[in-house]
Amino acid sequence: MARIIVVTSGKGGVGKTTTSAAISMGLAKKGHKTVVIDFDVGLRNLDLIMGCERRVVYDIINVINGEASINQALIKDKNCNLLSILPASQTRNKDALTQEGVGKILEELSKDFKYIVCDSPAGIEQGAHLAMYFADDAFIVTNPEVSSVRDSDRILGLLSSKSQRAEKNDEPIKEYLILTRYAPERVKSGEMLSLDDVQDILSLDLLGVIPESKSVLTASNSGNPVILDEKSDAGQAYSDIVARYLGETRPHRFIDGKKGLFRKLFGGG
Amino acid sequence: MGRKGCLGSYLGAGDMSLLDYFRSSKTSSASLAKERLQILVAYERSSVNQPPYLPQLQQEILLVIQKYVNVNCDAMTIKLEQSDNQETLELNIVLPDFRRV
Ligand SMILES: Nc1ncnc2c1ncn2[C@@H]1O[C@H](COP(=O)(O)OP(=O)(O)OP(=O)(O)O)[C@@H](O)[C@H]1O
Ligand SMILES: [Mg+2]
Repeated sequence: MARIIVVTSGKGGVGKTTTSAAISMGLAKKGHKTVVIDFDVGLRNLDLIMGCERRVVYDIINVINGEASINQALIKDKNCNLLSILPASQTRNKDALTQEGVGKILEELSKDFKYIVCDSPAGIEQGAHLAMYFADDAFIVTNPEVSSVRDSDRILGLLSSKSQRAEKNDEPIKEYLILTRYAPERVKSGEMLSLDDVQDILSLDLLGVIPESKSVLTASNSGNPVILDEKSDAGQAYSDIVARYLGETRPHRFIDGKKGLFRKLFGGG
Repeated sequence: MGRKGCLGSYLGAGDMSLLDYFRSSKTSSASLAKERLQILVAYERSSVNQPPYLPQLQQEILLVIQKYVNVNCDAMTIKLEQSDNQETLELNIVLPDFRRV
């Protein structure tokens, strides 16, 4: 049986697709057969971030409508053969995504894959609803910023009321926090909400903090998930997250900011 | 009949009191953000988590009361409050002065 992970946030542009690409690659690199699904019908982007945009032939709506088999629509990742991508449709209308259709696709993928990562669109409409509906785990991607925290709280409410697990009275979806675009210097100067501030409000299981990083843009420019950039801070932060999710204990990093050369040499801090 | 009113009326406060002014003069912009969030999120949780039967319940209670007293629906508010270990249903009805009716 596969484990279904939804990467969600409510608010747009907080880093869901960046996170979906990174963790699905991370899980596959750790030896788990993984598929990542783009639920952003009409605004697909995951293909670009994964660097497979030229190989998209069929998409999730084609599969739902019976115009293609799931195996025809799946794209094998160029970097890792344990990872596949199911792209969203670019042109069709959003109502084409049905609960029954999505349910069938997830059921079929569950036979073959260990992890199914669902990249949710922003908002709380049909696409976002279906991305979370069948989930076992939810990664709540939040920025240290008021509107993002508020929307995350809103999403938590939906996870606990409008999901299959909620409706069937099963064990609730497991919710984790991923705090992204974190800038420790700005937190220190009191300009930005701190991790503790955010946790005082959301109190979730923390998977990790992703620093604001130039490497994210570089990665998306080249169509390689940032986790493959092992030297980058964001890449390392995502690797930690994958490891923690798989049960390893790793100390949290990137919360207090970079240690300066002086402090590195002379200790302290 | 949904929940009426905005966060402002829920708090029953104006924009900023003098006390707030002195308090905020030493708070950073992040801590101001946190304060605003805490209030907002608490309010939204309380209205989102309202049980779906609440409007119906309010309607029926009102009908019963109207059998005896002449009140209209504006005279009544209903609120469900949740704290760690208890839930309180708060019913507030403004009754007309019975000697004059
Ligand atoms: N840690 C980070 N550091 C710097 N930039 C980041 C970081 N994470 C994401 N970004 C940038 O933020 C923008 C939005 O990221 P992304 O597309 O992953 O968000 P999203 O939540 O999927 O957006 P949407 O809601 O539109 O689907 C991108 O330009 C991305 O490069
Ligand atoms: Mg996205």
